Amino acid sequence: MSAIRIEDLTLGYDGHPAVHHLDGSFARGSLTAVMGPNGSGKSTLLKGVMGALKPLGGRVVLDGFGRRDIAYLPQLAEIDRSFPAVVADLLALGFWKRRGAFSAIRGADHKEMEAALARVGLSGFERRTIDTLSGGQLQRALFARVLVQDAPVILLDEPFAAIDERTVADLTDLITHWHGEGRTVIAVLHDAELVHASFPQTLLLAREPIAWGATATALTADNLRRARQMVEAWDEQAPWHEHDHDHDHDHRHDHDHDHRHDHGHGPAGQDHDHHHDHPASSRGTH
Amino acid sequence: MSLYDLLLAPFMQFGFMARALAGAVILSLSAGPVGVFLMLRRMSLTGDAMAHAILPGAAAGFLVSGLAILPMTLGGFAAGLIVAVLSGLVSRFTIQREDNSLAAFYLISLALGVMLVSLKGSNVDLMHVLFGTVLALNNDALLMIGAIVTVSLVALALLWRPLVAECLDPTFLRSVSGAGQPVHLLFLALVVINLVGGFQALGTLLAVGLMMLPAAAARFWVRSLEAMCALAIAISVVSSYLGLLVSYHLSVASGPAIILVAGAIYVLSMLFGSRGLVSSHLRPRRHRIA
Repeated sequence: MSAIRIEDLTLGYDGHPAVHHLDGSFARGSLTAVMGPNGSGKSTLLKGVMGALKPLGGRVVLDGFGRRDIAYLPQLAEIDRSFPAVVADLLALGFWKRRGAFSAIRGADHKEMEAALARVGLSGFERRTIDTLSGGQLQRALFARVLVQDAPVILLDEPFAAIDERTVADLTDLITHWHGEGRTVIAVLHDAELVHASFPQTLLLAREPIAWGATATALTADNLRRARQMVEAWDEQAPWHEHDHDHDHDHRHDHDHDHRHDHGHGPAGQDHDHHHDHPASSRGTH
Repeated sequence: MSLYDLLLAPFMQFGFMARALAGAVILSLSAGPVGVFLMLRRMSLTGDAMAHAILPGAAAGFLVSGLAILPMTLGGFAAGLIVAVLSGLVSRFTIQREDNSLAAFYLISLALGVMLVSLKGSNVDLMHVLFGTVLALNNDALLMIGAIVTVSLVALALLWRPLVAECLDPTFLRSVSGAGQPVHLLFLALVVINLVGGFQALGTLLAVGLMMLPAAAARFWVRSLEAMCALAIAISVVSSYLGLLVSYHLSVASGPAIILVAGAIYVLSMLFGSRGLVSSHLRPRRHRIA
């Protein structure tokens, strides 16, 4: 049963697609790593699922929960660490869904925050100001906030960027635990070794999906290389995308049926040969 | 001169001094915390821009009914809100960022205001609107300030958590609630009514001084948000009192005197505050073992 269904989704900025005609679904209770080179649309996909970015085409269907039920952990940069807040203030935000904007945080909530901090190895950090935390400690605190949010669906955007190994190991353990509890978890990651070890499903993106399915079959050296080539090819292509708006319709039409056929149900390991041709054939068409 | 003559007599003997002090002290109660949030949201200069933006509204009120408190206050409030909402909308629907569009609108607003005042009034009237006359606060003005502060404090109490969330982690707030945008606008409205409350006493240009200087000074002493707000209020109150004394004894303009005292407290805090220059550079490098 799918929790999140992606239907012919195109996301982008200023008309430039960053995710291009994506089709498929994240099963309920699945644990999926989203992999791909820089600029392949991984973070953009998460923003699209969150509804923070309006699709240029297609749609995201959430099945059995709303957008506010998603716990979303963006990349670290978005938190104002100079704000005079302590770790407990940061965690208390996690109660927003349950307590709303106005009602008080209760005694039981404090117990829960303590437990969450203990779970991520930050016992006794409640009153520490956030500007004194290291990058790894802040990420642990943010994972504790996800714990407090108690959400059925969890999206993590590069949770391990610039984080020490020990923290990565501890937090990966927590992600595995969430998976065991039946939560749907999607994480944008870069470390193929880690994904092979701990993430059963992988979506390999290069603006268009290269492979989506069981990690063992989706995340192969060959697929990774193809993903890199795809993104480079797209970049070359970028200039005329801007100049020629008429081509959009044709271009979309050309490729639509390919994607539908290949990605409709998203199993891994299908033939993706047409992707090799994509940049070349597009260039030829116009 | 006895201590009584120096520190208390001016307020005991002259009603206008007592009213001036009451007005400034009441205003401090909400201007302090509003200033702290402005500072933490990195919107210090937004406060300044809003202070200019309320001028045409106040001037329109002045055109209609002279130096009466209610029309000028309502006019200022309307003008401030219009500028805040317009610049918010422009930044949302065009490529222009909010600070740029705010700058554009407040300049238009300021020029319009000066022109309106000059249509009818003299330079003295313009000076009055721009720099206020804390010594001319009548009972109506005091009531107005009281009402504004009451509304502000209630609103701040209600908005506290969304405001903190918006400052600390705006992306998170967007992910769990649609409150971010309305909270931002309500906060701007709070800034506007506090500026409007202050302009009768301090003028449109200096009203923002009682907001920003105490907040900025408080940051050199304390860490927590609550303490920062409390200290900002205290510094505002002390500045009002000392400023009025200076103004009385030295026969200088009262509004600038209040703001200059606040400015002096800011400079002293910056130098000697527990988180200020001297202490962070001269303090022995003591540290805990873990």
